[in-house]
Order: sequence, then structure tokens, then C-alpha cells
Amino acid sequence: MSSWAALERFLRTDPADVGCEQAMEVLHVYVDLVAADPDAARRYPGVAAHLAACGPCCEDFRGLLAAVTEDH
Amino acid sequence: MDVSGIPATPDDASAEWLSALTGAGAAREAGLARLHGLLVRVAVRELRRREAGAWISGRELDDLAHQAADDAMLAILGKLGSFRGESRFTTWAYRFVVLEVSSKLGRHYWRQHPADHLEAEDWDRLPDRLGAGPGEDAEHAELVKAVRQAVDETLTDHQRRLFVAVVLNEVPLDAMVARLGTNRNAIYKAIFDARRKVRGFLVANGYLEERRRGPS
Repeated sequence: MSSWAALERFLRTDPADVGCEQAMEVLHVYVDLVAADPDAARRYPGVAAHLAACGPCCEDFRGLLAAVTEDH
Repeated sequence: MDVSGIPATPDDASAEWLSALTGAGAAREAGLARLHGLLVRVAVRELRRREAGAWISGRELDDLAHQAADDAMLAILGKLGSFRGESRFTTWAYRFVVLEVSSKLGRHYWRQHPADHLEAEDWDRLPDRLGAGPGEDAEHAELVKAVRQAVDETLTDHQRRLFVAVVLNEVPLDAMVARLGTNRNAIYKAIFDARRKVRGFLVANGYLEERRRGPS
């Protein structure tokens, strides 16, 4: 990837992004839905947009999904 | 996210957890011990999954896991009344310990990285930080010059400081949260706004093209 293409990707922001606070507020609900049906993420584009853009929140999502998956 | 369509009645297993934790005597003690054990297990796995084991190991990792589980336990017991059954009880509870692990790793970062790490500004590293592949030196130099000008001319002091720390110096976002005593959303929002401003400058000056649809 060229450096300009990489910059373009990094600077891109999604207006649908709900931010960390809202995403973390419902993370447990979102994770249970995704654990049952991976396509459920499409029903919550604002949370999906945020997790795609925010590394730390995405880590929390992956961690909670892993914990729930290992539990069952 | 609208969760109003999600059933808000606890399933049987969740109802059992609530009954045990809000009860009394031996049943409550057993419930507390069982929940704490689960939280410790999740914390240990989470620390290892995040490859924190590469720089935290042995007793230190166990201590951090127990601290995260203890703090999560307190938060869970304080907020039991807010559990509405929109998820499994264990999923709701595990969220607390996962978030505690993030917070503790953010604080732990400064035990191994000097604070002057924040002040360094090696702009030549920017293409690497963006994940750009090897390119021509002239192209990299033009990009660095343009972004640096955008940062200097459009960002507030606070946004600039965060941009340099998080983007250029790769300080984890949760470490900045710990450093500034704020929350993740505030840092993310500042960086989000900074990205928009920098992009706006680069579009206005002909470095990038305007996007008409979708994420901007």
C-alpha cells in the first residue's frame, strides 16, 4: 500500500461511529448476539463502525467474545 | 445501539446467579467465590491473549489478574440492580473484568516507559505508523511534510499532543487515559476530530481527494 493510500485509510472517519462510551455500554448485549449469529453485527452498524475504527474497544470486544465462547 | 427489542428477562442460569448473589448465608458466599474464580480465569486468559505475557509474566501477571478480578467484583456487586437480562449474566459480568484488564494495562504501561516518551517527535516514522509499505523517499517526505503542516495549523494543543503520542509514538490509548486521568471516549473523540481536521486540510490543499459518499 502506498503511503498516501495508507494515510487516506487512517484519516477516514465514519459518521455512523457511536464512540467508545455507547459501544462499551452495550458490549455485553452485542457480544451475546454475535456469539449466537455472526451476522447480527449488521443490525448494529454504529457499534460495528466503532469497533472497526477503535483498536482498544475492538480488543475488549474480542476479549469478551473469547471469554463467552470458551465458557460455552 | 437500540437494545429495546432485546428480551429483558434473565434466562434461568442468569436468574440463578442473581438469586445466589442477592441472597444470604452459605449460598451467597458460594456464589461470590464461584464468580470471583471465573473473573480471575477470564482476566488471566485475557492478559495472555493480548500478549501482555510478553512483558508481564509469572507472579506479576497473576497479581494483575487478581486486581482486575477484585475491582470487577466490586463494580458488579455495586451494579447488580442494573442488570436487566439483555444478555447472559456471565457476559455482563465478564465485561467488567475485560474493561478492568484494559485499564490496568494502560496504567502498567508507564511502569516500563519513561514519561519523556510523550515528548519525542520523530515524524519520519509516520509512514511506518500508518502501515504504509516501502515507498520512495520523496513520496514519504512529501506526506510527512503535509501531515505535519496540517497538524501544526489545524489542531488544538490538546489534539496535537494526543496525535503525536498515539499516532507517532504509539502510546496505547488506555495509557493516555491513565496519564491524563480522563476516559477512553474523550481521547478517542479528540483523535477522531483531529483525523477529520487533518483530512480537511489535506483535501483543501490538494493532497487528497474529497469523498462524496460513505465514511469521510
